[in-house]
Amino acid sequence: MLIAVCIKQVPSPESRVRVNAAGTWIREEDVSWTLNEPDAYALEEALRLKETHGGEVIVISAGPARVATVLREALARGADRAVHVVNDQPESAADPQVTATMLAEVLADAGADLVLTGLQSDDYGFAQVGVALAEQLGISHATIVMNVEIGDGRVRVKRELEGGMFQWLTMPLPAALTIQSGINQLRYATLRGIMAAKKKELRTIPAPRVAPSQRILNVSPVSRRTGTRLLDGTPAEAAATLASLLSQRDGGQVIK
Amino acid sequence: MIVVLAETRNAELHPGSLEAIAAAQALSPDRLILALTGMPGGTIPTDVGSLDVHDVVRLEHELLAGNPTDGVVTALGAWLNEVSPDLVLTAHTYAARDIVPRLAARLKRPLVTDCTALRVTDGHAVFTRLLFQGKLAAEVTLDGPVPHLATLQAGSFRGDTARRRSDPPPIHRIPAAISSDDVRHIADPPFRDAQQEIDLTRADRIVAVGRGIKDASQLSLIQKLAAALGAEIAASRPICDNGWLPMDRQVGSSGQTVTPALYVAVGISGAIQHVVGMKGARTIVAINKDPDAPIFEIADYGIVGDLFEVVPALIAALEQR
Repeated sequence: MLIAVCIKQVPSPESRVRVNAAGTWIREEDVSWTLNEPDAYALEEALRLKETHGGEVIVISAGPARVATVLREALARGADRAVHVVNDQPESAADPQVTATMLAEVLADAGADLVLTGLQSDDYGFAQVGVALAEQLGISHATIVMNVEIGDGRVRVKRELEGGMFQWLTMPLPAALTIQSGINQLRYATLRGIMAAKKKELRTIPAPRVAPSQRILNVSPVSRRTGTRLLDGTPAEAAATLASLLSQRDGGQVIK
Repeated sequence: MIVVLAETRNAELHPGSLEAIAAAQALSPDRLILALTGMPGGTIPTDVGSLDVHDVVRLEHELLAGNPTDGVVTALGAWLNEVSPDLVLTAHTYAARDIVPRLAARLKRPLVTDCTALRVTDGHAVFTRLLFQGKLAAEVTLDGPVPHLATLQAGSFRGDTARRRSDPPPIHRIPAAISSDDVRHIADPPFRDAQQEIDLTRADRIVAVGRGIKDASQLSLIQKLAAALGAEIAASRPICDNGWLPMDRQVGSSGQTVTPALYVAVGISGAIQHVVGMKGARTIVAINKDPDAPIFEIADYGIVGDLFEVVPALIAALEQR
């Protein structure tokens, strides 16, 4: 079985993101980069399926040169080979259908039985690429997947619904699934894995030129609600103020 | 023309669909169509009969029982190609996340997801959406031929402001253009996972912990704070994903929705998926080292600082009282 995993490099959750001088995007030089968390779970699920059913795991990412880091990391965790769709036009990343087209071009040739990706990215948060990819490839899809079972040329998935509900869905292979965080326990790269990754194939191909039809006009910090009272001072001072405020709030009903 | 793709829940209009109607009405006086899909002869929510929309369309086919995603995409795709609206709006629900990106790709038209505001400038729609899990906001525009598609974040528009009218809008039941080849998904009935042991919805006070705690071994600090406040412990998704706390402690869109008198968010950045589950708390306290963390947008009291310094100080202050 060939499993393709589409992954993205995003600013790490701890990064402080600041708006650039033009007000059109962030200052990328300020942030540290990491593997998009839901994509890490998608990769882990692919590695587990390979361990059960055999086959090969190929990781694909579209983006500038820095993206090679997360592809190497995926190889170190156990993926067999990687394809980097080198895209140096940052404005095209603002259109998830363009990203899907870039990935679909690789996948149309790869002939994967299963395409996995995270349910959304922590940067744009579109939650579109995996689904648009399925449509472009003409294969079935399911989103927000919490369990994957393969058998008889079909895939059975447990899909998360609203309000703590779930649903099992069965569909023919090939299929594309968007994976929810927490579907499994992540493994991290071992030293042996990192050494082995150096010998694995990381192919680069140029991104096709596709005109985006979605544009960011401006980016700005989210305005703070005026009702928020920030408590200053040392931790001890701020904590004492908070304890005092809470004991007076709502006629003393908030804390006892 | 604007089309709002609506969902039903327990035979009622989904609250998000009502919000999308309100958004469409506020955006433009254009012709507004509310679209539903389902089995032939299925009930139309009574609520729909009083909405100020020009038409209600229900695409119907035996194969649309339970609204399987692939069938719904084909039915809506064919119909939207025919009526060619300018804009298609829908709530950013779990169902929409499954259906709408595929619909947009089928139509080869752009889709902007999870919008929190929209306006029209010089005849072009401008959409506001959040980036970096709520840390920044972006204004976005779509280019190329219509229809353009957009999904709206839950709670961004007021469903109760949707305009009503006394005479019910005309209802058109239209046979959907689909065949059995279009429906390859087999869906089992929805179910609730193992009985939840903890009902956080009944808690008066909640101390919730997020990624900022860094390690499971530090959770004892949060337990001490919860004990000092007489509070239940809850968590944001990453903590439960890591197995540091059981899933039934999770607050947010995929966990429980809580409305306690006091909610203390410790090391929680305030990603929208968490915020939707707790923004109804009466008093919200946020402790986070990142002054730009979105949790401070909704907090009543905020302390910007290292939780490993602030929380022990708070425990001491509470114990001294």
